[in-house]
Amino acid sequence: MTTATATAQSRAPVVEEPTSGKVLRALGRAPIHVLLVVVGLLWLVPTFGLLITSLIAPEDFAQGGWWRVFSQPSLLTFENYQSIWDTQAIRDSLLTTVWISIGGTLLPILVAALAGYAFAWLEFPGRDWAFIGVVALLVVPLQMALIPIFSLYNKVGIFDTVISLILFHTAFGLPFAIFLLRNFFIGIPKELLEAARIDGASEMRIFGQLILPLGLPAIASLAIFQFLWTWNDLLVALTFGRQTQPITVAIFSQLRQFGSNIELIAPASFVSLVIPLAVFFAFQRYFVQGLLAGSVK
Amino acid sequence: MSGAGSITAEPPPAAAPPSSKGGFWSRYGVALMFLLPATIFLGVWVVYPAIYTIFRSFFGQSGFDNFVGIDNYKTLFTSDLLLTAIKNNAIWVAVVPAFVTAVGLIFAVLTERVSWSVAFKTAVFMPMAISAFAAGVIWRIMDQQDPNLGAVNASIAVVKNAINPPGVLSDAKPSSENLQGTPNGGLTLQNPVQPGDVAKLGLTGIAPDEVPSSAVQAVLPEPLQGGITGVVWRDFKPGGGQPNEVEQEELGLPGVDLTLFDANGDKVASTTSADDGTFKFEGLEQGNYRVGIAASTFSPPFEGVAWLGEKLITPSLLIAYIWIWAGFSMVVIAAGLSAISRETLEAARTDGANEWQVFRRVTVPQLLPVLSVVFVTMLINVLKVFDIVVSLAPGSVQDDANVIALAMWRTSFGGANNFGLGSAIAVFLFILVIPILLLNVRNFRREI
Repeated sequence: MTTATATAQSRAPVVEEPTSGKVLRALGRAPIHVLLVVVGLLWLVPTFGLLITSLIAPEDFAQGGWWRVFSQPSLLTFENYQSIWDTQAIRDSLLTTVWISIGGTLLPILVAALAGYAFAWLEFPGRDWAFIGVVALLVVPLQMALIPIFSLYNKVGIFDTVISLILFHTAFGLPFAIFLLRNFFIGIPKELLEAARIDGASEMRIFGQLILPLGLPAIASLAIFQFLWTWNDLLVALTFGRQTQPITVAIFSQLRQFGSNIELIAPASFVSLVIPLAVFFAFQRYFVQGLLAGSVK
Repeated sequence: MSGAGSITAEPPPAAAPPSSKGGFWSRYGVALMFLLPATIFLGVWVVYPAIYTIFRSFFGQSGFDNFVGIDNYKTLFTSDLLLTAIKNNAIWVAVVPAFVTAVGLIFAVLTERVSWSVAFKTAVFMPMAISAFAAGVIWRIMDQQDPNLGAVNASIAVVKNAINPPGVLSDAKPSSENLQGTPNGGLTLQNPVQPGDVAKLGLTGIAPDEVPSSAVQAVLPEPLQGGITGVVWRDFKPGGGQPNEVEQEELGLPGVDLTLFDANGDKVASTTSADDGTFKFEGLEQGNYRVGIAASTFSPPFEGVAWLGEKLITPSLLIAYIWIWAGFSMVVIAAGLSAISRETLEAARTDGANEWQVFRRVTVPQLLPVLSVVFVTMLINVLKVFDIVVSLAPGSVQDDANVIALAMWRTSFGGANNFGLGSAIAVFLFILVIPILLLNVRNFRREI
């Protein structure tokens, strides 16, 4: 606002009418700017509150709110982070989360890319019906699978393993992944594929050397989604894991004594959200693209 | 998946296949190989379990040897616990999709008018990257009841204390029977006083740190011609003392609101006590009066709204959930907004429509497909909501905060291990999303 007014005044002698209009317009928009600044800050406060809470020593926590640090910056300490880092269980659970997220991201992308290519560019009977089947599976709640898979995993003997969680995430990530990739692959120019086929390239080669590289933007979007879903999952790991605890489940088990465990809950929660947040900020463009491709179409 | 099953069942389509001649396998073998991994995953982890769960829902806790018909579904609609879950989920469905869509629309329209919209969008969109579980932890810290700990109640306390400051003595008690409580929460001397009298209003039950810091030794004031004087003091002497007597080491109570009533009980005057606890009402006519301490002196400080209590837990969850998803709605709607043709907007403006009319009659109708996508996406999300309820609602109120997905998990894995009833709850959830499933399929078939 101030800068707009200043430039308007400095230019005033040269062009009289348009500038006064500009000032008026800027003044008229001031409430919008103020509103958006306030709302934007309000949206940041809760997460910021968790960060500050995680930096307050347990003995100081119960004495007052986290906003005290504005007047007493000396309250801030890395003590809590040091102690969760020294906790073997937390370190293990972070590592478990990493493994689940990597496997739960790569495997569905591979499987979905293969299927997506078939749906987009290969002929087979009932193709459209099969794809409609995939669209139908998009909204099937994973609650429908928890009980049978729980029994199945116990029978097969892979209950409570990282691999069993990855397999489950893969299956339930597939409908969206196939949907997204098929819709992207279908936009690849037909001439490119036909040229490759005339040159005698096998479908596997076309898939590996043409489709995958050209499909990279969609694959990137999908990778981010799949990573965030698997990293942030609680329900699946809570159901199929006991000793195999990702960070969400490890924190969950501390929630019963929220007040007295806050020095563990707050930093562990913050650590758990820092990595998805970093991924989100680094690849925001792909994230939004995937969101739009998946929902708006 | 019924579609995938039909791959082998249906005859080849009339459309020219890629390879000119050969048997089924040489024609379609490659395509089937590409589809095989996905078919296995969807078959084993999604389709088979879904069918299993539907069957399982007609059997009791012990297993397939115990057919119970639709008993599990009857339980679903008769058990208080499950009815609460259904009722709560209905509230989620009624509130969240509409709210998230509306908030996203407002944000998207407003951010179009500022140059720094990216910063705003990033701030609002950020919670999308955070797990719903961590969001629950975040809001549990925000929603602590003690205004000294919870930021939400601290903000309310600031506003409330500005409008209606807490009394100086929130839990003081009278020291003599002469001083009695009034219906509105104040204290009044029972014996009438007349001009020239000195009123003594002793109070006890005041912790040392509750005494206002400016307080000094209490003084019994001199009588006043044509007026009433008095003292409000902490009628407590460490190591003993006489009740209702102003003694050494007893402190006056400053800042107490005093009211004078006439014989009819009407308010005549009011004043505030000094640092030594004394006060005076001057220029009074002869007659009987009563002196009282106003209720405002005893009004308790703001104790905080119980956001995590059984009554407000669902509203608190809805707020946290809208906080997470508003960014999604905003970003999708903003993309739709940027695709609207500028000409139609300009044409409407040229025709003399004001901004609100342009928005209402031109922008919103063109945005309807996008708005409905956001709405339907949120509908699916709230039907399956689970994580945030687990982390934001304390264990003691989880029965009150219950939702269908949580009820399903607790019934199946939370100790009861009733797979029959759990399956029925899962099937119920599935039935609720079937209309959305059909909508998706219909929209998609229209496209191809």
